Amino acid sequence: MFEPFRQLTSGTVVLKQANIDTDQIIPARYLTTTSREGLGAHAFHDWRYDEAGAPREDSPLDGPEHKGHEILVAGPNFGCGSSREHAPWALADFGFRAVVSSDIADIFKSNALKNGLLPVEIDAETHARLLERPGRQITIDLEEGVLRCGNDIEARFTVEPFAKKCLLEGNDPLGFLTDRMDAIQSYETDRQKAPA
Amino acid sequence: MTAKSLFDKLWNRHVVVPETTDAPAVLYIDLHLIHEVTSPQAFSVLEERDLPVRRPDLTKATLDHSTPTLKAGTDGRLPYATAQAEKQVERLIANTQKHGIELFGLGDPRRGIVHVIGPEMGLTQPGKTIVCGDSHTSTHGAFGALAFGIGTTEVGHVLATQCILQRKPKSMRVTVNGTLPEGSSAKDMALAIIAQIGADGGQGYALEFAGSAVRALTMEGRMTLCNMAIEAGARVGLVAPDETTFAWLKGRDRVPADWAAAMADWQTLPTEDGAAFDKEAVLDGGAITPMITYGVSPDAAAPVGGSLPSTDSDAARHANDYMQFAEDRPFTEQAVDRVFIGSCTNSRLEDLRAAAAVMRGRSVASGVTALIVPGSEAIRRDAEAEGLDRVFLDAGAEWREPGCSMCIGMNGDIGQPGELVVSTSNRNFIGRQGKGVRTVLAGPATAAASAIAGHIADPRDYPSLAREPEHV
Ligand code: SF4
Repeated sequence: MFEPFRQLTSGTVVLKQANIDTDQIIPARYLTTTSREGLGAHAFHDWRYDEAGAPREDSPLDGPEHKGHEILVAGPNFGCGSSREHAPWALADFGFRAVVSSDIADIFKSNALKNGLLPVEIDAETHARLLERPGRQITIDLEEGVLRCGNDIEARFTVEPFAKKCLLEGNDPLGFLTDRMDAIQSYETDRQKAPA
Repeated sequence: MTAKSLFDKLWNRHVVVPETTDAPAVLYIDLHLIHEVTSPQAFSVLEERDLPVRRPDLTKATLDHSTPTLKAGTDGRLPYATAQAEKQVERLIANTQKHGIELFGLGDPRRGIVHVIGPEMGLTQPGKTIVCGDSHTSTHGAFGALAFGIGTTEVGHVLATQCILQRKPKSMRVTVNGTLPEGSSAKDMALAIIAQIGADGGQGYALEFAGSAVRALTMEGRMTLCNMAIEAGARVGLVAPDETTFAWLKGRDRVPADWAAAMADWQTLPTEDGAAFDKEAVLDGGAITPMITYGVSPDAAAPVGGSLPSTDSDAARHANDYMQFAEDRPFTEQAVDRVFIGSCTNSRLEDLRAAAAVMRGRSVASGVTALIVPGSEAIRRDAEAEGLDRVFLDAGAEWREPGCSMCIGMNGDIGQPGELVVSTSNRNFIGRQGKGVRTVLAGPATAAASAIAGHIADPRDYPSLAREPEHV
């Protein structure tokens, strides 16, 4: 069960780079964890810490101006690479509740939706404008499928209907499956009876 | 009746509740493979909800990603990269014990990379649905099984319900006609396909490989091909089962007891004439020569005899800056620091034989480290029985214990910043094989030739020195 997700208003962190892959979001050496919590400490690790492990002065994620910002605006083709769910876990644990880009990789999108992190894909033109406005407040309305920034930016986005319903109602897909146990049971029984 | 594709038949057989506009289909899973990296959080969810594992008998576990490929020290302890890696391994052991799941763990003669041991034991069979928390699960499609990678939340769904929520992907067929020339491998075919259709050419599709060049591949070759389907963006790769499939599976440990009935059923699976695909691509197999990648995406692939193509795209320029390949110079002038032969893409006996044929009677160039990592304990034993380990060791390469090793570098097997690594694995992403490592993907013969030459090399320039081929 998650918190229902309807509307989110927050400042933004902007990472302009294109093709930010899952190895950048959470390097493989942090995948040896056995928990979902605490991964936020390693989110974008190599961007935030230098070789010696000291925080980088120029980290785009750690300045006081980004404190509490829950929306990440990232360059095109965000989240490509592996199927590791550790990537959305790390972002959610870091404090993000939505990622905005012109193009978000399929598996990342599906993993993010399962973890209450909303992937918002908007048109390239609006996206380019948002990339120029770090820190600005954005409002994301999931029910309406609209993103707004100031009174001059408005973009529509869609989310796969089942995932959207789950997010809006705070339902979890595992519950949907466990509610269908009878059908699963009879499928198994039928198959046992069928030849091969 | 409309003609059906292999994919349609596999899908239809496993629908428990059909898809609607509001909800995906509930799809039944016949085999769930788990490993230490993507399962612990899924077991935690079961615990939180007080749910049992519904079908421990259909769930099989192995240890491969975080495990060391070096032998235990004199104190009997395995040299884990970190204490956390060891803890992750212990967690899988505890979880499988608690839930009665069969584990092919440390010391088990059947242990190995998850996508290598499933087929090896005959657990992977035509007609099955197979999932695993690992994107290269597409490998099992080589047998005509519907196999795809899933996230950890879905691992939890399958543990609890033996089902998964899925929308049916579109279908695509890649036909490779003609005959693959002598000296070209399935890996070269895979890279040629990805170079042609692009790293996202298969996105949203289940990809069936067909044509005479595909049919002529061994099961090992078909596994390599389907393994790389994900690098073309497709979660599913498929080859229709045929006599090659049946002959390979026959007699393996876990195949159905009623073999004749199983075969009769499997023979009904192949795509029927006239079945429709949403997208098609065609290649001439006769034109495929040994391939390498020169960029940071698997579709940046070209014949090893070529040179860096000119570009006007920002992404390609960024990749070229990272890879530091000299422009307009042949690839074969690029010096190599390290060679990795292994991973679920190319760590099977056939791959090791191809590498050994190049290395036999030759030496790894000075300054080059070559790591040979068999995909499973069974492959290690078979290779050693044939003396392949001696060939590698005599050439100056390292012969390691089975595991994922440098494919993902989680166990500490990584390259140093700036090094050029020729690798038989599947991803050339920035940092995948260690911070700052430059990865070149290739087939086993090309990787072996590059280790000998000390620069990227065409395996056809290194013909076998053995007077009598040891294996026919
Ligand atoms: S060898 Fe590489 S791709 Fe294959 S299962 Fe291991 S990490 Fe994944």
